[in-house]
Amino acid sequence: MTVIEINNLKKSYHPGKLAVNDVSLSIAKGESLGLVGESGCGKSTLARCLLGVEKVDGGSIIYNERSLANASRKALRDYRRNVQTVFQNPTAALNPKLKIKDSLLDPFLQFQDELQLEHFHFSSKQAFVEQLLETVELPKELGDRYPHELSGGQKQRVTIARAISIEPKLIVLDEPTASLDVLSQGAILELLASLQETLGMSYLFISHDLAAVHQLCQRIAVMKDGEILDVFQRDNIYDNSRHDYTKELISIF
Amino acid sequence: MSVIALSPKKIKKTKIWLISALLVLLLAVVAYTFLYLKHDATMTDVGNRLASPSWEHPMGTDHLGRDVLTRLLLGFRLTVGYSLIALAAAVIIGVPFGLLAGLRGGWLDRVFMRIADGFLAFPDTVIAIVLSGLLGPGIGNLLFAIVLVKWVNYARMVRSTVLTEVQKDYITIARINGLSTFTIMRRHLLPHIIGNVLVLASLDFGKIILLISSLSYIGLGAQPPTPEWGAMLNESRPYFQANPEMMVYPGLAIVVVVLVANVLGDYLRDKFDVKKEVQP
Repeated sequence: MTVIEINNLKKSYHPGKLAVNDVSLSIAKGESLGLVGESGCGKSTLARCLLGVEKVDGGSIIYNERSLANASRKALRDYRRNVQTVFQNPTAALNPKLKIKDSLLDPFLQFQDELQLEHFHFSSKQAFVEQLLETVELPKELGDRYPHELSGGQKQRVTIARAISIEPKLIVLDEPTASLDVLSQGAILELLASLQETLGMSYLFISHDLAAVHQLCQRIAVMKDGEILDVFQRDNIYDNSRHDYTKELISIF
Repeated sequence: MSVIALSPKKIKKTKIWLISALLVLLLAVVAYTFLYLKHDATMTDVGNRLASPSWEHPMGTDHLGRDVLTRLLLGFRLTVGYSLIALAAAVIIGVPFGLLAGLRGGWLDRVFMRIADGFLAFPDTVIAIVLSGLLGPGIGNLLFAIVLVKWVNYARMVRSTVLTEVQKDYITIARINGLSTFTIMRRHLLPHIIGNVLVLASLDFGKIILLISSLSYIGLGAQPPTPEWGAMLNESRPYFQANPEMMVYPGLAIVVVVLVANVLGDYLRDKFDVKKEVQP
């Protein structure tokens, strides 16, 4: 079953220069799709279009058999409820003036009337926050701290906890490990993999780190200059039929 | 930045005590002026002018035989009341304007910034003097001039906070989560703004008292026989050599209130700086 479908998506910031050029992708339920490419190739722009932060110039994003471009308010809200995100820099992704628990509750408070949680259970704010922190393997006392009192890895776990708090169908992970040290990177990747198993979400995992993508994702797409050059199953990564650019990327790692 | 050189912890404790004690004292003074005053602040008694302190007149009488203590207490109410009114008006006008300019941008922002630049090109006191000079002397005009000068600071500060914060990822994520602009303002931006506004306001509070008093002193603000401290200073000028205490009382009163306002500002700044708590 397809969660989301991107058809011939186009986006440009400067006239005549496409940041995302005719991209088509689809993500199945429970699947991790890796999106690899060098800096500036349009990965993050694609993510921002998908998250509805940027206006799309052409093509369509299909969710629930409907295009987002002409979705009703209600449909758009339904979409937002089911698509969450984790960004590269966890420090910027948490409001420094809010306690961890308040940041964690943000999506839940926004959508609580429409939610039917399966894995988590809401009895009180305190219990819910503790449950979330436990799920991402953080001590539950952290809820009362401010972001600057946590390490980078801990903060990224908090943003992951926030993203999974409303049990979305898809999480867009935009280089979630890029600002962390190698040990934390590995731990976050493992956490993401185990969360996916428990919650059955799909991931769009954006990274320039082919090794990380290879570890987490069943399917990998390679992007360059706004275009998707190659899409393949993880096991076929060393196939001879791979695009030259993919081979080049592999040779670097 | 504290006046007393002590360990940070001690300073914090001292500050809280100092502020609480002074606030209680000031509130008591205000309450007293409403509940009970022995003398009329404007009733003259020329036969008993420039009297020395006595049980009847603890601070003596002025050049028209009016009770100085009564005038000082009523002056406190007036001075503090006026500056609170001016401050509240400046904040109420400035903050929404700054939010709007920061969030909307475009021509609104450009027009606003040019006006702000114009105001900021001159010192506050100069603009206040010019405006109240143009409008004519009187406390109402003076307050209007002060609000006109001060709201710009709040609008600018709020705008710059909004501009820096809006670009950060957590606001983007809030938008992705479908939070309305109003909710984002309330939940995410207000905590950034409120601390700064309170700190600036408490520092401005002292400045506005000084501004009202100094403009009243040169005759542009409160007019005699209003018992405003600056006006009292002005009236006591001719008697400076023979009866210096007539000048000392209102002068000291201004110093104390401005000092309290500044210490309060200091304290509030520390209080709203969540990162400070980590330090020993």
